[in-house]
Amino acid sequence: MGRRLALLAATLAAGCAASPAWAYMVYVSNEKDNTMSVVDSTTMEVVKTVNVGQRPRGITISHDGKFVYLCASDDDTIEVIDTATLEIVDTLPSGPDPELFVLSPDGKKLYVANEDDNLVTVIDVATKKVLAEVPVGVEPEGMGISPDGKVMVNTSETTNMAHFIDTESHEIVNNVLVDSRPRFAEFKPDGSEVWVSAEIGGTVSIIDNASREVTHKITFEIPGLRAESIQPVGIRITADGKKAYVALGPANRVAVVNAETYEVEKYVLVGQRVWQLAFTPDQKTIISTNGISNDITFIDVATDEPTQSVTVGALPWGVVVSPN
Amino acid sequence: MSTTLPANATGAGIVPVRSKPYRLVNYLICLKGILLREGLRFIHQRERFISSLVRPLLWLFIFAAGFRQVLGVSIIPPYKTYVLYEVYITPGLCGMILLFSGMQSSLSMVYDREMGNMRTLLVSPFPRWFLLVSKLLAGVAVSIAQVYAFLVIAWFWGVKAPPIGYVMVLPALFLSGLMLCALGMLLSSMIRQLENFAGIMNFVIFPAYFASPALYPLWRIQESSPLLYKICLANPFTYAVELVRFAFYGQIDWTSLAVVVGCTLLFLGGAIIAYDPSRGLMNRKQDTGGNA
Repeated sequence: MGRRLALLAATLAAGCAASPAWAYMVYVSNEKDNTMSVVDSTTMEVVKTVNVGQRPRGITISHDGKFVYLCASDDDTIEVIDTATLEIVDTLPSGPDPELFVLSPDGKKLYVANEDDNLVTVIDVATKKVLAEVPVGVEPEGMGISPDGKVMVNTSETTNMAHFIDTESHEIVNNVLVDSRPRFAEFKPDGSEVWVSAEIGGTVSIIDNASREVTHKITFEIPGLRAESIQPVGIRITADGKKAYVALGPANRVAVVNAETYEVEKYVLVGQRVWQLAFTPDQKTIISTNGISNDITFIDVATDEPTQSVTVGALPWGVVVSPN
Repeated sequence: MSTTLPANATGAGIVPVRSKPYRLVNYLICLKGILLREGLRFIHQRERFISSLVRPLLWLFIFAAGFRQVLGVSIIPPYKTYVLYEVYITPGLCGMILLFSGMQSSLSMVYDREMGNMRTLLVSPFPRWFLLVSKLLAGVAVSIAQVYAFLVIAWFWGVKAPPIGYVMVLPALFLSGLMLCALGMLLSSMIRQLENFAGIMNFVIFPAYFASPALYPLWRIQESSPLLYKICLANPFTYAVELVRFAFYGQIDWTSLAVVVGCTLLFLGGAIIAYDPSRGLMNRKQDTGGNA
């Protein structure tokens, strides 16, 4: 009897360990209806929809998970949302038309791409002051920062360049030409490479961070789809640097790329016009925003299979997951 | 079975007399005999096995490729996310195997009747209903074997359900198979000659298959024709496909389950009555000069 009870206890303990231990909150900016959807990552249900400023796009979260920062592009501001109350508690001076931004690894500075003014604005989060404005190419969008925080990369959609900016001097130190309409820049976790997606070019360029040269170019091919429909946008790379996920826009697919061999291993079917991606902190799941079908898709990272799609607001654009 | 019969027992109307009631083991021997016969027949007819696989595979490889909907099928239950068309039609193709196989076993009954083999079966001392149910179970077992063979090939083609789905689908396949085999049996009681089977093909199999969600979601049919949508809803095969589809994803569609069970009982009851020599249709046919 005792042995049976012990076995039962062990089974229950194993069952508890296997079940998802923590529910993360997923924050999605809905570009068209000016809202932010809050989705529970365990139940995969929308728990709240928050009214925010006009045309919300870029979205990120403070490292302690207390505040969500949201680019309200048409209000020319960045809104600060308290994750405990889900209310807008503050705004930051972003400069005109903020589209996408990145938080420095120490969490103190925000680097914002101002699409209409061809600038990157550097904001001190604590003092809410603009530290610098860096002139870049036409229509800046993608923003990536190295893990050591020393260099950041901005992509300009019309100039077709990745601009490497020194975060100390706030000056461009390198310009790298990539394919047409670069949308997103993502550093590998070891800082050795920057991956830049080109929406019209249909490629992802791998730029070596030491030589600042394009060393590889990833192309995508999906049987039955015209090349024009394959438009790479958001990129995320796993913490171990082995696997990358690339959102392919109107191809309705997320490409799974071997980040060591640069070969595309799989295409995961998601909703329509997939735009941005975000991992859960445990990196077991990656979430895509599907603009036209107004939903987000959860993809299991171990199997690279889509598990569930959840309807959110109109035209979901950006996504971020709480770190705790 | 035939060893227990009197030597002159050749007519369908003879009821053998036995002093002791049959025990369960006797019934099981009878069931085993019928199952083995059907199994043997299936194994010996390799062309039948291959053709039963080729049909759904053609649909999967060629038709699904043509209709590919490369951007995914809209989310409808039980799917939780977007699926490719080949994933969508796989449960429908399983239903297709069950449908054709069910009708094929009815065809074999017509054949048996024409060839005289059925007399051997029907003069068995066991109750008529038991013989028919045994025959039905044998037909269903063969159908399910074909479905699983198809699913293995579909797996290699990249159509994969959650692992639990392959277990959960078994009872759904069994129930759906039972319903379609029972329908086939009921129809077989009404067919006099093998040649008439073409009619079954055109008047039963194709309408049942096309007026169902096997190939396209019902909402799409509703969009183009509300009347056709109602016809689909009145089609028992619709519910067989949906029962199998939900089971693949570990879910039970209760409406489909109820309809499938209800129709199975109805068709089986009808078949038992139809094959009953005292009041069935077979008797009537004989009266009218049929060669049954």
